[in-house]
Amino acid sequence: MTDALTIAAYALRESLRRRVFVVVALLTIAFLVLYRVGAGKAFEETENAFPPVGVEPDEFIGSTLLGMAMFATLFLGTVLAVFLTLGAVRGDAERGLLQPLVVRPVGRTTFLLGRFLGAAAVCAVYVALVYATAVVLTGEAGGWWPDRLVAPAAELAGAVVLLVAISLLGSVFLSATTNGIAVFMLFGAGLVGGLLGQIGEAIDSKTLLTVSERTSWALPFEALYQDGLQRLTLDARGLTRFAVELGPFGGGQSYGAWLPVWSIGYLAVVLGLAAWGFACRDL
Amino acid sequence: MTAFAVTGLEKRYGSIAALRGVDLELAEGELLGLLGPNGAGKSTLVKIGCGLVRQSGGHAVVCGAAAGSRAARSSVGYLAELFRFPGWCTADEVLSLHQRLARSSGGERERGDLLELVGLSDARRRKVEAMSKGMQQRLGIAQALVGAPRLLFLDEPTSALDPAGRRTVRGILEELRARNIAVLLNSHLLSEVELVCDRVAILLDGSVVASGRPEELMRPRGVEIETSAGVRVVEGALREDVPRLVAEAGAAGEPIYGIRVLRSTLEDVYLDAVGDEA
Repeated sequence: MTDALTIAAYALRESLRRRVFVVVALLTIAFLVLYRVGAGKAFEETENAFPPVGVEPDEFIGSTLLGMAMFATLFLGTVLAVFLTLGAVRGDAERGLLQPLVVRPVGRTTFLLGRFLGAAAVCAVYVALVYATAVVLTGEAGGWWPDRLVAPAAELAGAVVLLVAISLLGSVFLSATTNGIAVFMLFGAGLVGGLLGQIGEAIDSKTLLTVSERTSWALPFEALYQDGLQRLTLDARGLTRFAVELGPFGGGQSYGAWLPVWSIGYLAVVLGLAAWGFACRDL
Repeated sequence: MTAFAVTGLEKRYGSIAALRGVDLELAEGELLGLLGPNGAGKSTLVKIGCGLVRQSGGHAVVCGAAAGSRAARSSVGYLAELFRFPGWCTADEVLSLHQRLARSSGGERERGDLLELVGLSDARRRKVEAMSKGMQQRLGIAQALVGAPRLLFLDEPTSALDPAGRRTVRGILEELRARNIAVLLNSHLLSEVELVCDRVAILLDGSVVASGRPEELMRPRGVEIETSAGVRVVEGALREDVPRLVAEAGAAGEPIYGIRVLRSTLEDVYLDAVGDEA
């Protein structure tokens, strides 16, 4: 475990010193500033225009805004996860960074675990902080707070940790560029699956709902995001709930108590495949 | 004791055979030069020794343990032909990281000694990205020596060095021999190998085509005699023939200005061994 922590600390330091981290930090600041301005205006301008009878305006506006912030946070977290890991094995081997480390008496699985822990820690802390900031900004702008605070953050963090693992697995077999493209396409596939579910719900299509649900189980980072999203308005009822679910970032979907178990199993399988692939690979 | 031994070593990359039954032994404290044209299998052999590549057949043993095993890797230092350290690390940080991974208890003193050995004492706090290629190469050698390995694999260690840097590396290799560290030196620089190695092995198409001590491999090439008529070479003549050749020249009334026994160089041996592949 000491070796894994040494590698994790190395990966952590590497992450913080890479330019991508600065880029993501700047993008995040820009996003949060814009978000605060937008949230303030949204609460302010809808104060008189809303609500239709039976819809709680602060809850509708707040949850929609925070839902959008959650999506943006997941996207930024995905960018970070991908760029920190896309070349972790094959890319680093091609650049000659990996061989001096792997020759040391550190198992390849340990090495991979260390890289995973380092990147996962950075990404999980990052999304949790951005989400928490968005919650505070939303509350400060409109006085609305989500029904559940911690679980959505944990699920967002879980989603990016899964993406870190998927990107690490890809890095064993694919070149850095190909891997980056592949992971973003998977991310996009998950997103499309979620949108199909919302369309399916709006037009009452069982087929679209089934496609969406299966996509989310196959790509559980999407299921975690959807599950976290629905927890923002878990206690909403009646017309407010109906209005929230119609919005582009509202509603989400509950995946039940098995989602954490499935996600952990999924993570273990992905990391196991990555370790097996790395062990078999000639460097 | 044998530091590195391979028997019947084979490696195939798909349909391409990189090594075809190589047998080789390297004793502790011995310096073996590995020669061969590009694609001969030299780097593959070194990588199998380090555990970076798995053999398709045969055996490779490092200091009594199977190559690639944790025990074997604990005994090995490696400088890759193409390597890079993170640009944001200082020389000291690179060595410190490798100390932790090699479980070396040498601490700051070991780092200082190694940097002094490779002439980088003044660059201890310098970031890798601010170092010249030659400095990075020397840092690579220092990295390979972290944890006092018993066997060192050096893959083209002088490829990025200027003549002064190469001389420094030759000095380091002599020092390693004095410390009883075995070195497998993979190099294209024949003069360098000839100067420092105890033995050489020449690989061609994945097989050892010649091996032995440099002086054993180098053959007599005749005797060169310089007279008033010019310089001529008596092919096939040996050192023992010199008195007779001098006497004959004297008898013929030719004044002799110089005489030299010729031996083939390692380059001649190499070119004879690899033929058109060179």
